[in-house]
Amino acid sequence: MMASSYNAKEEDGHNSGASNNGGAGVVKSKKPDNTAFKQQRLPAWQPILTAGTVLPAFFVIGLIFIPIGIGLFVSSNNIKEFEIDYTGVDINNPCYNCAKNFSWNSTTPCVCSVPFTLEQPFESNVFMYYGLSNFYQNHRRYVKSRDDSQLNGDQSALKNPSKECEPYRTSEGQPIAPCGAIANSLFNDTLELYHIDSNGTRNTIPLVKKGIAWWTDKHVKFRNPGGNNNLTVAFQGTSKPVNWRKPVYELDPSDPENNGFINEDFIVWMRTAALPTFRKLYRIIQKKSSTTPTLPSGKYLLEITYNYPVLSFDGRKRMILSTISWMGGKNPFLGIAYITVGSICFFLGVVLLIIHHKYDTRNNSPDIPN
Amino acid sequence: MLRRRLNRLLGGDERRVDSRTIYVGHRSSSTTEAFIPPKFCDNRIVSSKYTVWNFLPKNLFEQFRRIANFYFLIIFLVQVIVDTPTSPVTSGLPLFFVITVTAIKQGYEDWLRHKADNEVNKYPVTVLEQGRKIRKESEKIKVGDVVEVEEDETFPCDLILLQSSRDDDTCFVTTASLDGESNHKTHYTVPDTEKDLESLNATIECEQPQPDLYKFVGRMHIYKNEQEPAVRSLGPENLLLKGATLKNTQKICGVAVYTGMETKMALNYQGKSQKRSAVEKSINAFLLVYLCILVSKALVCTTLKYVWQSKPGQDEPWYNEKTQREKDTNLYLKMFTDFLSFMVLFNFIIPVSMYVTVEMQKFLGSFFITWDKDFFDPEIKEGALVNTSDLNEELGQVEYVFTDKTGTLTQNNMEFIECCIDGFQYKYRDANSELDGFCVTDGPVNKVQEKAGREREELFLRALCLCHTVQVKESTKQSQGDGLIDQVDGFGVDGEVPRPPQEQRGFIASSPDEVALVKGAMRYGFTFLGLESKTMKILTRNNDVEMYELLHVLNFDPVRRRMSVIVRSKSGDTLLFCKGADSSIFPRVRQEEVERIRMNVERNATEGYRTLCVAYKYLSAEEYAQADAGLREARLALQDREEQLITIYNQVETGMSLIGATAVEDRLQEEAAETMEALQGAGIKVWVLTGDKMETAKSTCYACRLFQRNTELLELTVRTLDDGGRRREERLHELLLEYHKKAVQDAPPVKAGVTRTWSSATQDYGFIIDGATLSMVLNSSSESNSSRYKNLFLQICQNCASVLCCRMAPLQKAQIVKMVKNSKGSPITLSIGDGANDVSMILEAHVGIGIKGKEGRQAVRNSDYAIPKLKHLKKLLLAHGHLYYVRIAHLVQYFFYKNLCFILPQFLYQFFCGYSQQPLYDAAYLTMYNICFTSMPILAYSLLEQHICMEVLLDNSTLYREIAKNAMLRWGPFLYWTLLGVFHGLLFFFGVRYLFSNPALQDNGQVFGNWSYGTIVFTVLVFTVTLKLALDTRHWTWINHFVIWGSLAFYMFFSFFWGGIIWPFLKQQRLYFVFANMLSSVSAWLVIILLILLSLLPEILLVVFRKPRGPHARQIAAVTPLSYKHLKERE
Repeated sequence: MMASSYNAKEEDGHNSGASNNGGAGVVKSKKPDNTAFKQQRLPAWQPILTAGTVLPAFFVIGLIFIPIGIGLFVSSNNIKEFEIDYTGVDINNPCYNCAKNFSWNSTTPCVCSVPFTLEQPFESNVFMYYGLSNFYQNHRRYVKSRDDSQLNGDQSALKNPSKECEPYRTSEGQPIAPCGAIANSLFNDTLELYHIDSNGTRNTIPLVKKGIAWWTDKHVKFRNPGGNNNLTVAFQGTSKPVNWRKPVYELDPSDPENNGFINEDFIVWMRTAALPTFRKLYRIIQKKSSTTPTLPSGKYLLEITYNYPVLSFDGRKRMILSTISWMGGKNPFLGIAYITVGSICFFLGVVLLIIHHKYDTRNNSPDIPN
Repeated sequence: MLRRRLNRLLGGDERRVDSRTIYVGHRSSSTTEAFIPPKFCDNRIVSSKYTVWNFLPKNLFEQFRRIANFYFLIIFLVQVIVDTPTSPVTSGLPLFFVITVTAIKQGYEDWLRHKADNEVNKYPVTVLEQGRKIRKESEKIKVGDVVEVEEDETFPCDLILLQSSRDDDTCFVTTASLDGESNHKTHYTVPDTEKDLESLNATIECEQPQPDLYKFVGRMHIYKNEQEPAVRSLGPENLLLKGATLKNTQKICGVAVYTGMETKMALNYQGKSQKRSAVEKSINAFLLVYLCILVSKALVCTTLKYVWQSKPGQDEPWYNEKTQREKDTNLYLKMFTDFLSFMVLFNFIIPVSMYVTVEMQKFLGSFFITWDKDFFDPEIKEGALVNTSDLNEELGQVEYVFTDKTGTLTQNNMEFIECCIDGFQYKYRDANSELDGFCVTDGPVNKVQEKAGREREELFLRALCLCHTVQVKESTKQSQGDGLIDQVDGFGVDGEVPRPPQEQRGFIASSPDEVALVKGAMRYGFTFLGLESKTMKILTRNNDVEMYELLHVLNFDPVRRRMSVIVRSKSGDTLLFCKGADSSIFPRVRQEEVERIRMNVERNATEGYRTLCVAYKYLSAEEYAQADAGLREARLALQDREEQLITIYNQVETGMSLIGATAVEDRLQEEAAETMEALQGAGIKVWVLTGDKMETAKSTCYACRLFQRNTELLELTVRTLDDGGRRREERLHELLLEYHKKAVQDAPPVKAGVTRTWSSATQDYGFIIDGATLSMVLNSSSESNSSRYKNLFLQICQNCASVLCCRMAPLQKAQIVKMVKNSKGSPITLSIGDGANDVSMILEAHVGIGIKGKEGRQAVRNSDYAIPKLKHLKKLLLAHGHLYYVRIAHLVQYFFYKNLCFILPQFLYQFFCGYSQQPLYDAAYLTMYNICFTSMPILAYSLLEQHICMEVLLDNSTLYREIAKNAMLRWGPFLYWTLLGVFHGLLFFFGVRYLFSNPALQDNGQVFGNWSYGTIVFTVLVFTVTLKLALDTRHWTWINHFVIWGSLAFYMFFSFFWGGIIWPFLKQQRLYFVFANMLSSVSAWLVIILLILLSLLPEILLVVFRKPRGPHARQIAAVTPLSYKHLKERE
């Protein structure tokens, strides 16, 4: 407001004095330095995009992208994928009854078997996914409803879970381990796969449950409180999530390396999906020998222990069998996108070439002034 | 302001008393009365805003008054209070950063003000106390102190003059720094006070401080040993104002009446109103658009959320139950908090960091002006000065330049160039003076005799020596300033020609021309020694002293445009010498003499010199007696004195014989013409606003090539108004309409883009108006006419290439600037001046530029930028201004763009997460995006970019037109950038969305979750946005390289680091190894590359396609450095 008002009165009469007293020393420092930076004369590269420079780039991009796209497309096409919906909405579905009569309190598990046929044999490792639809794992209230310190084996967090876990924080006065909505809604259908021989016998297909979760999750991010031994003791004083049928330390009693918080099914579930329709890795069917396909074509039976209700929110459950390539699962999007972009680039290259050619000839005639 | 208001409050009851009583020297008036020293404020000037104590609260308060900061504060508070998707840190941290940086900047500026305040407040002054002289700091002066001031010192407070070292109890003062009048004013001591100040026992009763500089009413009671006190009345002639400077008087003593913030000067100071640049206005407009986008986004999401939730099973599926509190909350309250949550989620669209980046860009960018060595003037050993960094870009938007003439266009250094006697030309040759080569000179002085008769020549020189009102400066003390010329008009020490010291003399005159003439005569050997009791003494070439009795001075006035003196020589001859403008002299002399001289005069005039003709006549005794009687009678007349005098003057000044003519040069500033030409080439209209005479100003305009030979001049001055012999009003009306028809209606309709060259076939108009006419135009008698005239006037002016306004009062200058500023289209104005009389227009214009000239530092202090010379204006506008504008415009657009494509995916994600306000990106990314990942490249760009190199900008002034009218920040470009942002946002989101239709993206079959999704989008975003800037960068210095690649590398490094550790302070380890896992997936790599390329593709195409097409193809081709090289080679 009053800024520099006094400036007005600064000793005008002292001008002469100031310039005399100022002396050479002060004056010298006022001369601006003659450095490239201060004079805005730093050496600079001044690229100009012209048709001439961009043209080769377009061709190169086109030439690189189209093969990549084709490669992606082919490998995506080569991936075998089989998907089966076992929700049981339809009355003809074998799981209809299980879905219909679902009750949280039932003590006997409802089992249903879905037969299916693989038309083509699945070579190499086959990955078994379960898929859920209309399941909002990315809902904010859901995503934040977890306590990572508890899952990391922190003792205090085990006994006193984060507020974020509400309303799945405590049950019957005891802290829930693992707390939160994500853990509470752990997918607990059991899927088993049988190969039906030509003579009708059911051969169990061995399902490997290791290697389905991220290595870092399993080994660093998730830890059992007090080591992997004696989980029962470690989880003393905590309560199981309300919707679970068994406590966390009984998730896989057979293998202490896969029990408690470091149960891989649990870890996979805890990585919340990005979209409401998602799939999660359930089991891996390892390739047995180089001669026979992992899953030969033929009849199969999927036996489901139906524990997970989805009909209440109009959800769907699927089982997916898929092979994997270097780019992951089957997804034609990338291949098509690459081919499209590559073609566009190539096409533009051609257009530019024509324009450039024309412009060049024009340019050589009277276009440049002077 | 606050302080003043406070003062008013505190001084409430003091103010109720209409006067204050001051005890001179703090001596009580009478011993019997109890002496209660009244309390007044001290003599401290406070211009600083803050103290150490109130800095924090006050600064915070001021900062949050800014609408943007307040908005962010609200967002922050919402985050703290309401359960929002992002933690308060995400918006609190940037806000804290912004506030801190701004506070530091303002603190620094205030510290500078404190320093400057201290300089003034600690200035040593001499105070007389009990007969002793005590050196004190200026701030310690109290009301009632007797202060001693020496010559050339400034008065430290408002003083009543008690004693002067001059015999006649007067002192001379210049108030240049107060009102811009640089002449010497005489002030008087209080009559009949005792010489002995020690024994003076007096009180002063005077009015309370008021800002009017020319009003002062007071009384002084002088007490002498028990007598009835003598009363003297005090007026403004007794008051010495703080800020004025003592001149020509060795020392004075005065008693302080008003001190500190109560001095007239402090009261007079109107706070510099905050100047806002057009860019800032654009930012605010864009901000509003984005705010609308933000609100509508939040509204859409809130609505859809409740629509979506109404479907059964969606709102609260069994796996995702609400907490008890959520269930209990009122529905409408929940809707409201949901709305707020969405606002918070999307608030990043309004970039908090933009303000800090803009501020930093301006602050740092202004250093380049200070550093520019082209602005360094070896004479004054100073470079440019930046007082405000807020207006850098405005320099690139100037449409009107208002320039002062004297001292700005010209050097205000009158020099006698040549004279012509009886048609023979004389030119003074001096080794030091630079003469133009085109003048035909006829030889040095000693050959003068060979030309005209010696007698004629001496007569001419005598005329020069006698016909003036110059005074010789009394003090003969050695002037230590070697050739240093005071700022006061006409006081100069002739240091160029070595002369004996006693002849080194200064002259004081109302007009510098007169001094130049007297000095010119001195060079030819005739020296004016002074006027003593009506006798003028001159020293002739033969070292004889001649005495002339000065009988009458027939004063100069602008209507007659001549002045005369009547003198009587020793021999008893009565002579009349007259000098004046050719137009007023020629009709009054014998016609046969005219032709010989007219040629010379016209030649001189076209060369831009100020010409005067000199004539004389012998007066016979009868003639003189008649004239003498007439003059005496007229002077005593009570009515129509002026008219009567003029009649007599006209009678006397007839039948003279012409001796010769003189040419005086007010030299143009270096490269003034080139600068003006460049400005006009840049499409800037130059108006000259001067207090000077029309003729002089006109010749300067010609010399500066503001008016060209083919320019048709439209004159609207007192002279043209008086021509018709009718009432001025009517004539004004007529002329305005006529000119309007000429310049506006008949002018071919030119489109802004087409008028490339000014010197084309179309007729150029120059407009001339003077102060008196201007006030008639602006304050016409009838209301309706007034606005109409104003409109006509403006329209005419706007259609003229240049406009000359002469005889302007400082206030009128500001009025004109204001009028243009507020005219249609609100063009950006720039005022440039060097004197205190230009301050008003400097403050009024959008950009005020001060020239570090001779007339003190007033203009410089009030300016936004100060440069040493006029010629620097060219580079300041054409190079610096242009670059700054392009930089900041790009900065602003880029900021909005990058935040739009940052937030759009987050908005789109709401459609896939049940409108639950789930953020797409991790909190760290949300926070760091604007602060770390994308801020440095744009800052470097906005400091270093030179899309066209400086030399080209300076050479092709037409390039300036390309950015005129805020070209890069209009709605067109804004729409383009917004669409680009939308396109990128859509691409990023849906590209990744389709990739995630199968989330098994790793070759071991494992799946990615929502944080991987966000990270992929974010990676694409950071790369695209940075590379987009890289594409726009035309000037890659190592800093650009470092910053662009550096911030990408930093992003990579940070992401690894952030995801590489389990952070104990985080509640959720969301990003743990997400980034590394993403990089281990080939598909992620492929999609990132694809999306980046696809986003930049249109941009590349546009750049390529824009080149060969479009109307500017040639220019751009000529401008790009490469082709510029070609051009150079051709030349």
